[in-house]
Amino acid sequence: MAVNVASEWLNSCSGCEIAILNLGETLLDLLPKINFVHIPVLMDHKHLGQLGDKQHIDIPKATVGLVSGGIRNEEHLEVAMEMRKKCDIVIALGTCATHGGIPALINSVTNEELFDRYYATESTDSGAQVPTKGISPLLDRCYALDEHIKVDIYLPGCPPHPDQIATAILALLNGETPELPFKSVCDTCPTKRMGKGAVKGIKRAVECPEFDPDKPIDEMRCLLEQGYLCMGPVTRAGCAGTNGEAPRCISARVPCRGCYGPVQQKGNQLLDMLNALASNGIDLSQLPDRDSLLRFSGAHNRLVVKQGKKTRR
Amino acid sequence: MGKTINIQPLSRIEGHASIEIKLDDQGNVADAITHFNSIRGFEKFVEGKPAEEVTRIVTRICGICPWHHHMSSVKAVDACFDAEVAPAGHLLRECMQNMAHINDKILHFYFLAAPDFVMGPDADYSVRNVMGIANAAPDLARQVIRMRQKSQMMMEKFAGKVIHPIAGVPGGFSKPMNESQRQEMVEDSKELLEFAKFSIKHAKEEIFPKYLDLVTTLGTITTGFIGTVDKDGSLNFYDGKIRLMRPDGSFDDFEDTDYLDYISERTLDVSYGKYPYAKSWNEGFSMDLDAPKGIYRSNCLARINCCDQIPTPLAQKELEEFRKSFGKPAQHTLLYHWARLIELVYSCEKTLELLNNPAITGKETRCTVTPKAGRGVGHVEAPRGTLIHDYTTDENGCIKTANLIVGTTHNLAPISMSVKQAANMLIKNGQVDETILNKVEMAVRAYDP
Repeated sequence: MAVNVASEWLNSCSGCEIAILNLGETLLDLLPKINFVHIPVLMDHKHLGQLGDKQHIDIPKATVGLVSGGIRNEEHLEVAMEMRKKCDIVIALGTCATHGGIPALINSVTNEELFDRYYATESTDSGAQVPTKGISPLLDRCYALDEHIKVDIYLPGCPPHPDQIATAILALLNGETPELPFKSVCDTCPTKRMGKGAVKGIKRAVECPEFDPDKPIDEMRCLLEQGYLCMGPVTRAGCAGTNGEAPRCISARVPCRGCYGPVQQKGNQLLDMLNALASNGIDLSQLPDRDSLLRFSGAHNRLVVKQGKKTRR
Repeated sequence: MGKTINIQPLSRIEGHASIEIKLDDQGNVADAITHFNSIRGFEKFVEGKPAEEVTRIVTRICGICPWHHHMSSVKAVDACFDAEVAPAGHLLRECMQNMAHINDKILHFYFLAAPDFVMGPDADYSVRNVMGIANAAPDLARQVIRMRQKSQMMMEKFAGKVIHPIAGVPGGFSKPMNESQRQEMVEDSKELLEFAKFSIKHAKEEIFPKYLDLVTTLGTITTGFIGTVDKDGSLNFYDGKIRLMRPDGSFDDFEDTDYLDYISERTLDVSYGKYPYAKSWNEGFSMDLDAPKGIYRSNCLARINCCDQIPTPLAQKELEEFRKSFGKPAQHTLLYHWARLIELVYSCEKTLELLNNPAITGKETRCTVTPKAGRGVGHVEAPRGTLIHDYTTDENGCIKTANLIVGTTHNLAPISMSVKQAANMLIKNGQVDETILNKVEMAVRAYDP
């Protein structure tokens, strides 16, 4: 018998939904086992009924609820709470849902500062006002899903690799809890490591790393040891899928930026990375921007408005 | 005032929007407002970030067209840093830029729009979707899903990440393409071109004729258009001048660095989204259906209208047939779907042309660049329209200000107008049902916010 699934996207870019589609024919084989009751990206079920006459958001009951994106406005919050109410198992899909993701970078400024810039860019007509009619008011910041509702399964990744999405769905279809690895990107990276102490400073990513494009990735020296800021030590593995391939940014010969979030759900990529650099004797004063170490995990009050700035509203 | 109907959320689109239709006491449309409900603040939170990192951040503006944000961004950073770009790096970027259009057009046509045409606009919502197509036409569905995945995976295999890419770098591309990778991609691209040819033939024979009345009426408005052209006026997705066309077909071509002379953005109190308009026409901004002012459209129909010709043979043949039937500029909103398939053929042909250029396997793909203070505007054609990233950097090469106009944004005013036109046309004397409301949404799906 098919399992009922409801899906929603909140403060997100739809990359997680594209990752689901990237399952390709695997998805087609899964479809007979899944009965989508609500999924706005693919299906026309409406929050307020097909004739738009209901007063409150209504999502059908489902066994599994897939939610991508963080919570940024009142509508996101209402939808997230309705999903929790109607779904037996809620999966936080993608790093925006599990840790805030890139949109949580906004957490280091106030809404007022955001509006001050957004409504006064070089191409915006003067006198622009913050809109108020028929749109959902912003919350004070961008929240990960579990800051407002209970999450049963965390599936980070920006986006999660299709292999992991398939693994999780298949486990649930079999009545099992999906088991995801808790390794770091470094644990799965095949590049050559020669040892500590080779690097004293951090290079900007405008310089070319050393590698021979005709040789396999395991013959390239670790990018961190080459002096590039690579977030591999403090980032959860998984971006390469389940076939044992190299982490995907590394395979394109660029350093990891941490898109799977911390290795442990409650870890802190900023503190962990600073520790990793310091323990290697690397001069931390050369980092051009420390907040970037939290670029995928700025929810959970990790990124906060700096002292002296306007307060959040 | 009579009742209000809320279509929430708009579905089978990329993004977050809703429609509010207000009926008068007679049950006719008093107003129809489209609310665009997303604000994330990229223009604010990239401030202070090293510019070369921003090329890896702005991809999250859209998970469907991340390559195009990536490409606009690296071009803008090149300009900020006065970077020389390695020739093979340019070719690889252009190749990825065109390849990324293939996936998007398959997705948009088959997954988001086709259920209205294959299952019918009046089919129940529970089957009017790609799952319904999978049951009703399993062979077609399997082929579509296979082709969409192929177009994604050929990019991922070479460039590391396909959703939220990282391989474009200031000064070029992060790694070269070797000969065996090139050959494999040529074979995949040939298969995709055959699928593109099938798709447009299938649509012209089985879909568009059946819905011609709808195609020539639903959501139709009269506007200008925007798109990028080569120096000879040919369609180009990667580089060239921006052409801003008036509703009568006359136009101005300008460099992207001059965009502020031609485009302004208006704000409304019903939407977080801003509404670009043609400032250079000196007529202001109005979404009045009978007397629009400054309104132009982006995305595939706009590009097909703006260009003098398409520089690849099969797509050019399709363009000629299209223009013979609908003129230049063509205004009917649902023709976006037809134009999308012409562009699907073009993007496959162009990808093959680039892959067959021997210089694409050049070993030097990136120049080392030095962060510095500057200003840079980068633009490409994203699937949903002309995409502009404009950055200024400080002496450390960190972003001081960013101004972004994304493809869909150009279409926010036209979408709102098409929705209103469709609602006016379809809702009379309080008669409204699910089919009618779905047809109103079809006017949005032609553009896709």
